[in-house]
Amino acid sequence: MTVIKTEIRRGAYFDSAVLMKLQRSLLELPGVQDTGVVMGTDSNKDLLEHIHLLSPEAATARPDDLIIVVSAEDAAAASAAVGKVDELLAARRPSEDTTRRPKSTEQAFKMLPEAGWILISVAGRYAAAVARQALRDGKHVFLFSDNVLVEEEIALKQQASAAGLLVMGPDCGTALIGGIGLGFANQVRRGPIGVVAAAGTGLQHVTARIHQLGGGITHGIGTGGRDLSEKVGAVTFRQALDLLSRDPQTKVIVLVSKPPAPGVAEEVLKLARQAGKPVVVNFIARANSATRLDNLYFVNTLDAAAELAVELAEKGTGEAEPELGLERFAPGQKYLRGLYSGGTLAYEAQHILTGYLPRVYANAPINKELKMPNANISQEHCIVDLGEDEFTQGRLHPMMDNDLRIRRLLEEADDPSVAVIMLDVVIGFGSHPDPASELAPAIEKARAKAQAAGRFLEVAAVVTGTDTDPQVLQSQIDQLKAAGVWVSTSNEAVVRYVGRLLRALEGAAMVKSPFKPVDLASLEKPLAAVNVGLESFAENLAAQGAPVVQVDWRPPAGGNERLAAILERMKQS
Amino acid sequence: MVDIEKANATVVERMMEARPVVTGVAKALDVIPGMRENLLLHAGPPVTWERMAGPMKGAMVGALMFEGKAKSWEEAEGLLTSGKVTFEPCHHHSCTGPMAGVISPSMLVYIVENKTHGNKAYSNLNEGRGKVLRMGAYSPDVLECLHWINEVYGPLVGKALELMGGLDLRVLLGKALHMGDDGHNRLDAASLFYTTLLAPSVVRAAPNAETAAETIRFMGDNALTTLNQTMAGCKTMTDAGHNVEGSTIVTVMARNGTDFGIRVSGLGDQWFTGPAGHVKALYFPGFSEKDANPDIGDSTITETAGIGGFAMAAAPAIVTFISGKPQDAIDTTLDMYEITYAEHKYFTIPALDFRGTPTGIDIRKVIEKGILPRVNTGVAHKDPGVGQVGAGVVTPPANIFEEALIAFAQRYGYE
Repeated sequence: MTVIKTEIRRGAYFDSAVLMKLQRSLLELPGVQDTGVVMGTDSNKDLLEHIHLLSPEAATARPDDLIIVVSAEDAAAASAAVGKVDELLAARRPSEDTTRRPKSTEQAFKMLPEAGWILISVAGRYAAAVARQALRDGKHVFLFSDNVLVEEEIALKQQASAAGLLVMGPDCGTALIGGIGLGFANQVRRGPIGVVAAAGTGLQHVTARIHQLGGGITHGIGTGGRDLSEKVGAVTFRQALDLLSRDPQTKVIVLVSKPPAPGVAEEVLKLARQAGKPVVVNFIARANSATRLDNLYFVNTLDAAAELAVELAEKGTGEAEPELGLERFAPGQKYLRGLYSGGTLAYEAQHILTGYLPRVYANAPINKELKMPNANISQEHCIVDLGEDEFTQGRLHPMMDNDLRIRRLLEEADDPSVAVIMLDVVIGFGSHPDPASELAPAIEKARAKAQAAGRFLEVAAVVTGTDTDPQVLQSQIDQLKAAGVWVSTSNEAVVRYVGRLLRALEGAAMVKSPFKPVDLASLEKPLAAVNVGLESFAENLAAQGAPVVQVDWRPPAGGNERLAAILERMKQS
Repeated sequence: MVDIEKANATVVERMMEARPVVTGVAKALDVIPGMRENLLLHAGPPVTWERMAGPMKGAMVGALMFEGKAKSWEEAEGLLTSGKVTFEPCHHHSCTGPMAGVISPSMLVYIVENKTHGNKAYSNLNEGRGKVLRMGAYSPDVLECLHWINEVYGPLVGKALELMGGLDLRVLLGKALHMGDDGHNRLDAASLFYTTLLAPSVVRAAPNAETAAETIRFMGDNALTTLNQTMAGCKTMTDAGHNVEGSTIVTVMARNGTDFGIRVSGLGDQWFTGPAGHVKALYFPGFSEKDANPDIGDSTITETAGIGGFAMAAAPAIVTFISGKPQDAIDTTLDMYEITYAEHKYFTIPALDFRGTPTGIDIRKVIEKGILPRVNTGVAHKDPGVGQVGAGVVTPPANIFEEALIAFAQRYGYE
């Protein structure tokens, strides 16, 4: 059923060319069959009558009135089309060329509506206000200016992170966004490596080196040198890391910084652990306790960071992550109980676990604060070396006699807070002739007990020995596997698996980013920017083919601080 | 805290949706609110006789002679200084007057009604360019012309307007902006168009062919025939947006030849004043800058409503006033977007791809960016009795926006 809807606007004059354009746009709307948008002159009314659109209402219009008539398939389509008129009329595209210099960022963004970025390099005392306004306008900020108060930096980054925007800086010299260099930057090819850097030349050197080695960059995000301080708390660094973690184009992430505040470094590394892709970390001059922690690779130089990133991007890590199967566990299951016969293996296990768990107690601890008060009573995460003197008085060493370990194993299986039991099986001359033949049935029994109580008990074991040992390595492995044990001949592999599993079970250890995620698409779309300050920054963008508008900027209120302060308060309320 | 954005959006929406229609002509005493027998109205903010500019004094003296209350300068001055005749700003009485803007009780005025919101405003009838009362001239030929306007021309135009059921000024101005007018200093297209529209009704209403011909010729010859109606129309627009709590939009800009004054929507009827500026102008033969009176008149109501200097991109011909290039006209309008709140829905500029004119001066933006409103204006001779000497561009003094901002901050708790 055709429906004709008419709207008369008294005293609303529009040029006929504008109205013809509007008419064409209306015709493209769904369900619209025909339309007439004209001033109400007699000749125009004749025209409408001719095409059967002159409703009685339209016939009353005077020459100064705007007539909008839409015929459509149904009333809803007709109303929707009429409702679109204002929007279509307002959709005039400013036809200014970008060589004109507006006097404010506000007009600059009107001239270049596709601009998602602002580059700020005005004097520090004014920079924060310019950045604040840009954030209100929903733009990412590249803040080159220095001498911005740290309190301002904190406030800006708080505002940005709540809005899903980046503030790179203050004092950020370089960034590469979607292949376009901001500030001081090199011409670097695009590729699968993303970089986050709190060090300007660090970012330049690493990205240039990656290019030299044949690699390329998705995005290189600068944060400003203070970002990783205690006060600022790595807001931009964490946002950038989260962004690159989510970016499917980024296969490897590189983190570069001068030594961060220790607590901040922990936070950043926690987040990096969850990246789901390799992260090469170069916190210059920070002592690394390990060279590798799951997906984290620690290196000591910028060059090494670039080289390793290129290698990882090309070859991958060569490992598949084991499935954790978290759903098998019951709520409340979260602790590790290590029942070791070998002291060194137990000691190494504790050491490796420092990268995963906040505290692991032991009867032979790596530091004395973690000493179990009573080795017979397990607490939280703990590793018991059953070969310690306290257990071997009047008893054979657990490498020869499995009784004590089996008893303890069955005890632990009854504890509803236990999720994982980790053991070592050391074979060879002098050891029990076939330890797995006793341990495997006990493990099966322990698991069955847990299962009966509605839980799942994971048992992981490292087997130390050789295929020519009397007990035969493979036979031990097979028996254990038959009992459902997660087995490896690498102590590190077992401990890291257990560590990952426990971290995942602890959920809380997963850092949830407190920020609104930055929209990936905002970095992927062709970069367009407004530049306030150093003209060379605008020239460089233009040279790279990025649309840019330079603002003819002056201090607000001509530098009158009283008036500027009033204006700022008005904006904040 | 008030919601400034919301308040400002309300103000500009009301300003743009106001639809002024000039409906007729009537005696000032009969229609202007608060008009009295011994009252003269004048342009700009309040002023004393001592501080009053030459052309305004001349126009007041001329008005009292026109009213038959005085025969000489001395006599008129006596009445004005003794308080027997008082004077108040047009803006205190829903009026606007160009240049000196003097309106006396028996003068005819246009009645302009905002059909959207119902408010009205008034302005006197334009006398043409050159040696005229509004420029401070008061010689017998000036008064003779005034009498003809009041007794022949005005009543006939009034009847014609009534016959045609009023004339929509928003539409007239919208079209004129597409024909090279700015709506303030250049109204050639609007005046011709107005004449064309009115002529048939003038002929029908005229007592004889000669009066009709004389009236139509006067209308058509005077490129400023529509200035006063336009000003009253703009007044109804900005009045529709006045007194909105929390708004930083300017609703009046006016000059008395001594002071430039503004009012702000959210600050009620308080004037913020500073010295009226010197106009950067082109002068008629025989005159120069030293003859010029400082900026004068209520016609800045057009810029306040989003046309005039703000719509300069529509009127490249005007740049000859400042020996500029057409690009300067475009740049002026683009600069005004920096300090305005909205783009006009109904006043558009072809050269800017039909972008709406910059509308609603926001005192926050004026102060923040240090950009003052641009005004296109005529220039009166500084001495009474001479008249117009040129035309050009001018800006208000910066201090009035600063003081307004501080007053706003104090009133609404931003300081």
